[in-house]
Amino acid sequence: MDLYEYQAKDLFAAHGVPVLPGKTVDTASEAERAAQGIGTAVVVKAQVKTGGRGKAGGVKLAKDPSEAREKAEAILGLDIKGHTVHRVLVTEASDISEEYYFSFLLDRSNRTFLAMASAEGGMEIEELAVERPEALARVPIDAIAGVDRAKAQEIVQQAKLPAAVADEAADVIVKLWDTFVGEDATLVEVNPLVRDPQDKVIALDGKVTLDENADFRHPGHAELVDQRTENPLEAKAKSKGLNYVKLEGGQVGIIGNGAGLVMSTLDVVAYAGESHGGMKPANFLDIGGGASAEVMAAGLDVILGDDEVRSVFVNVFGGITACDAVANGIVEALKILGDDATKPIVVRLDGNNVDEGRKILDDANHPLVTQVDTMDNAAAKAAELAAAGA
Amino acid sequence: MSIFLNENSKVIVQGLTGSEGTKHATKMLAAGTQLVGGVNARKAGTTVEIEGTQLPVYGGVEEAMKETGADVSVLFVPPKFAKDAVVEAIDAGIGLAVVITEGIPVHDSAWFWAHACANGNRTRIIGPNCPGIISPSKSLAGIIPANISGPGKMGLVSKSGTLTYQMMYELRDVGFSTAIGIGGDPVIGTTHIDALEAFENDPETEAIVMIGEIGGDAEERAADYVKANVTKPVVGYVAGFTAPEGKTMGHAGAIVSGSAGTAQAKKEALEAAGVKVGKTPTETADLARSLVS
Repeated sequence: MDLYEYQAKDLFAAHGVPVLPGKTVDTASEAERAAQGIGTAVVVKAQVKTGGRGKAGGVKLAKDPSEAREKAEAILGLDIKGHTVHRVLVTEASDISEEYYFSFLLDRSNRTFLAMASAEGGMEIEELAVERPEALARVPIDAIAGVDRAKAQEIVQQAKLPAAVADEAADVIVKLWDTFVGEDATLVEVNPLVRDPQDKVIALDGKVTLDENADFRHPGHAELVDQRTENPLEAKAKSKGLNYVKLEGGQVGIIGNGAGLVMSTLDVVAYAGESHGGMKPANFLDIGGGASAEVMAAGLDVILGDDEVRSVFVNVFGGITACDAVANGIVEALKILGDDATKPIVVRLDGNNVDEGRKILDDANHPLVTQVDTMDNAAAKAAELAAAGA
Repeated sequence: MSIFLNENSKVIVQGLTGSEGTKHATKMLAAGTQLVGGVNARKAGTTVEIEGTQLPVYGGVEEAMKETGADVSVLFVPPKFAKDAVVEAIDAGIGLAVVITEGIPVHDSAWFWAHACANGNRTRIIGPNCPGIISPSKSLAGIIPANISGPGKMGLVSKSGTLTYQMMYELRDVGFSTAIGIGGDPVIGTTHIDALEAFENDPETEAIVMIGEIGGDAEERAADYVKANVTKPVVGYVAGFTAPEGKTMGHAGAIVSGSAGTAQAKKEALEAAGVKVGKTPTETADLARSLVS
């Protein structure tokens, strides 16, 4: 789960990382009051989970409260790379002497963690990594040894941060590591990490990605979920415990078991769609191993609630799950949904107890259900039905 | 022959007394696995009866190995306790630890991987979040349905569980020396490259199917490895061409950020290494079938 800047900074502050005081608000008049409270010039910053806010006009300096109001008015409602701004952070404007880059992240290739740091902060790190790779220090971190003061000093040195801030930067880096481990993050990024005229080192921005697998040891993380930005269908699916991702511009609803098979199903449908008017998959939905009638009904309910969907493809390989259980699930689900089920459903079953499963669907003889033997042919049928349903 | 697991492998289950552990222990026994016991510190000294077979429960992996000669452990331990269980298996020096558990925090996986490395990698780890490994008609360590395919000439290594099953089903006429689901988590033990190396050295394996999916650069690295080291024919499949950028698709690992890790990039890397890549699982199976005698 990606966090907003203000959430990331709250976590930083909780772990002792220096941040500037600020307040998050939803309206321009609140922004004005927040600026009054801070009492200095402020920066009004769009809170969206994407980079490039500055270039998009989402970060503005305001010298007084009434200007903060104007800037907030301009920023709220702005569309930044498909993210609508609902909230701004009003924060003290700082005097910046220098900007640095810092991050801790998971290094999948080496199966460990990595610190990346540079004395040249502020710019997009992807650009820096390509244009001046020698300016970006990459220091592997042993997951067990972690980052102590000595390791932090090594990072500071490799990043060529100035001697005047070396001690304080090392101190901040140890605290950022505490944040990274203590919150089970897979990314902690500060860009820029700044030096102020008093040689204080401050996290001016913050980007944190949390590992949801670790939620069991962080009950507080549940409060960081922002329901508003979730697609309503995704929110509905989540409330039913379904693993669903909406894809924009698709017409074929997808239900399958196992993440890999479902991803493959999306691809096979998109491929088949090339011959059927450019039909595309409308979603990812993995119903997992035990495809009970309730789970199948919940899944069909979410997908049929998507106005863009014109046909549904249920693609199940019975590994642990038996196909007869899946078939019963589909039949029961259609009973539960009754007249709410209106779109054609193509079913492909293979694997464990496939003959029994296919027979159950044949016997049920539901007018909306078509069975196709293979994954490729079933995808073609689903795309064809979606094209015909235009 | 087969890789990593054979008819002589002696297997224990960590988490045998839990519902998943018992359920899959039953299936492993039916698949011919030499299942010799289980581990649960709180139930040490008891036995679990599975269809007439009495399986002793030991207090720890080390004790279980000493008493039974076990060299493989399959873990069905809940995410909260998985790190300690894997570390225990590593400390006992077992040869192979197959971690089925889904939902282990990545900081925990990174920890036990670092621990395994610090111990000289005496323990091969498969997973986590994987279906395990099967050498058909010899042994099963995990949850792969044993009835999908029998033994044969094909080697299979896959990030995805259900695609492992689908591919085994597609190629059941050819059969498999060994099929391994390595798991789709960001940090895993055994990689595509490890499996490719073992299949290359396994005289029974004639051709190899490798299945990847979006995220990370494991497939790209495997492609480089194939080009430099693998003489046997390799066929590939990559899932996730239509996955939107920045969204997680089921596995924590299946996330695309920027250009690296896309399905297209992986396909191109594989093809550049001489690996034929199928557009669908069925097409991939057809390509693989055409390569064996």
